[in-house]
Amino acid sequence: MNNNSNIVVYFAHLDIERSLINRALCDAVRDLPQVNFRDLHELYPDFFIDTEAEQTVLRNADLIVFQHPIYWYAAPAIFKHFLDTVLMNGFAYGPGGTALQGKDFLLAVSTGAPVEEYQPSGIHHYSFEELIRPIEQTARFCGMQFLPPLVLHGGSCLSQNEIDAHAAHYRRMLEEYKPSNIS
Amino acid sequence: MDNHSLLFNAFIYLLAAVIAVPISKRLGFGAVLGYLLAGVVIGPWGLGLIKNAQDILHFSEFGVVLLLFAIGLELNPARLWEMRKPILGLGGAQVVITALILAGIGTLFGLTGSVALVAAMGLSLSSTAMALQLLTEKNLLSTPAGHSGFSVLLFQDIAVIPMLAVIPLLGTSITGDAASGFDWTVLLQAIGVILLIVVGGRFLLRPVLRMIAATGLREVFTAFSLLLVIGTSLLVNMVGLSMALGAFLAGVLLAESEYRHALESDIEPFKGLLLGLFFIAVGMSIDFGILLRDPLLIVGLALGLVVTKMFLLYLVGRIYGLPARQLPLFALVLSQGGEFAFVLFGVAQATGVFPAAINDILIVTVALSMMTTPLLIVLHDKLIEPRLDRAPATPMDEMEDEGHKVIIAGFGRFGQIVGRLLHANGIDATVLEHDPNHIETLRRFGFKVFYGDASRLDLLRAAGAERARLLVVAIDDREGALRLVESVRENFPHLQIIARAWDLGHVFELLEKGVHVYERETFEGALRMGEQTLKHLGFTAWRAKQAAHRFRAHNEDTIDELYQHYHEDFAVRVRISTDARDSLRESMQSDEDHLSTQTDQDWRQTSSDDSNSIPVKTD
Repeated sequence: MNNNSNIVVYFAHLDIERSLINRALCDAVRDLPQVNFRDLHELYPDFFIDTEAEQTVLRNADLIVFQHPIYWYAAPAIFKHFLDTVLMNGFAYGPGGTALQGKDFLLAVSTGAPVEEYQPSGIHHYSFEELIRPIEQTARFCGMQFLPPLVLHGGSCLSQNEIDAHAAHYRRMLEEYKPSNIS
Repeated sequence: MDNHSLLFNAFIYLLAAVIAVPISKRLGFGAVLGYLLAGVVIGPWGLGLIKNAQDILHFSEFGVVLLLFAIGLELNPARLWEMRKPILGLGGAQVVITALILAGIGTLFGLTGSVALVAAMGLSLSSTAMALQLLTEKNLLSTPAGHSGFSVLLFQDIAVIPMLAVIPLLGTSITGDAASGFDWTVLLQAIGVILLIVVGGRFLLRPVLRMIAATGLREVFTAFSLLLVIGTSLLVNMVGLSMALGAFLAGVLLAESEYRHALESDIEPFKGLLLGLFFIAVGMSIDFGILLRDPLLIVGLALGLVVTKMFLLYLVGRIYGLPARQLPLFALVLSQGGEFAFVLFGVAQATGVFPAAINDILIVTVALSMMTTPLLIVLHDKLIEPRLDRAPATPMDEMEDEGHKVIIAGFGRFGQIVGRLLHANGIDATVLEHDPNHIETLRRFGFKVFYGDASRLDLLRAAGAERARLLVVAIDDREGALRLVESVRENFPHLQIIARAWDLGHVFELLEKGVHVYERETFEGALRMGEQTLKHLGFTAWRAKQAAHRFRAHNEDTIDELYQHYHEDFAVRVRISTDARDSLRESMQSDEDHLSTQTDQDWRQTSSDDSNSIPVKTD
């Protein structure tokens, strides 16, 4: 257990009250002492994101987690707005924009369709890895290490046990996380 | 009986003014000539409807006093100090040179030295009432000519004081009495009174005005405004200073106070009427008996006076470096004899400097010379002006420069938020507020706040409604807001209105008056509060916000729908309102049902929380 790491989990969901998977995932990690859990819709229901505060949060984190369901091959809209208003020139990129360099980035997402649909013969045609290229490249562009994403496919046909097992796995990952850039 | 004749006289004056002034204006001669001619017509030599022209002249001179007070209000001490050069240089040169030359001409005509000197002093002064009225009427006060003209007039107002002091001395020397020498105590008294006005005006007047404003009774404020002017005038008059000068001083001292606009608009109608009366009285006092007895002499004197003064003014202005194209106007507007001549000549006759015959001739001459000025202005506009360089006159110094884009009417709890938001974003607004307590506080924090009832047209005009782009109606008075909106729509149609509305009924009344941008004063606050309540009941911030958004959207739809039926009869309005209440319940219910049904369906079909996660249509 490494309690010296700092993890920030950014989360968004349009209907968390009716969610099973994401609620389980939230509950699994929210109480970890090293985790700063930030529900974007709760913090910024008006989309008026406090750029400075979030930049400080990001600066202090070793691991940045984006946790959300996949809507239309991407994160809920507020995540895009978060990127647009917080990862500014001079902070995340551009001259002097080195704040995120060397940090780890983890995508913790869930999809409705089973993994088989993410191939040329499936309804989503592309592999999941291809579909999440934009966020992967965003992380890389800012000098972050893009960790292998934690994906729970086929949410529509999962049993409670399977969900619980996945949540436990998620918790363990964060508990056991050690900053990769510490020499 | 007495009462009756007073009312009758008032009736005659008003009737004459109402008939003559519009005609004169229509013919392009301006209001002043209209008043003068009206005076001639109703005076002892016209229809003879009014007999006591001199009393009226004396009484209406108070219009000049009010005029000077109003002008003082527009000049703060700093600006007055900036004008010291033109006042002393230009004004001093004009008075001294004109008086000497006129006195020289007088002696050539065989007048004795002292008579010539007193006559010349009186004639060297121009008519403040006439010149300022004409300049204001033509909106020329801020041009170089207007500015210089004003400086000269101001010097003349000051110059009257020593002139009045000197005349009795000349008188005694003629009658052979022992010259009593100059009375130094008079001078000390004068200085004392001026100090009293300056100190009192600076430190005492504002708190008193605040107290009076706090009563909220407009007529008391008006009464105090008049009391202030009359009181100051009487005070300075007691020590032998010009009443107009005293009023001017009081005005200057109040120029920086927040009550400036309110005072201005309260004095305005009195000033206008009394000035009109003054011109009527001048018209009435033209003694046609003397004129007819020796028409060539009188007309010759009047024209000679005007031509000489014009020539000298032109010369002095030229030496002083006024722009060439402003010179004719400057010379012309000050070319007449003025009301101070009446006063000086009166004193001169009383102290025996003048024989009555000369006094009569000179008074007719002065009155006649005043009639020439409006005509000369017309000639100037028609003949001289078109030949001058067409380049637009650049205002030397705007007398009024509150050119803000936004006017906020009402700066209480509501308007303050608007004003502060604008202020924080670098947009300064002119603020009208009727609560004196707010004004003090806000001034302390550097806001530009003016005292007054915003629904008053004159105050709006003074605050620059003609140039502003937006009016924020934030006043704390439902009916007042409607009155204000109505008056603004009528008088300043270019001004866009953003109004604070009370409730739905008020919204409709505002819509009726053509206001389409409004905000219900309690709606957003209440909605926020509902949202907070939902949050504290366990709703996520997001869901509470969405619920509030939905509520607002529905509510606004309802308003639109209701307004479409607003013109139908009352019963229909009531029915719609009840329907709306039901439909709101239904609609909120249906929102809720819709939301849960949809989610449940999706959830059942995908057996997952992440109902939205698959963009797959389910029929």
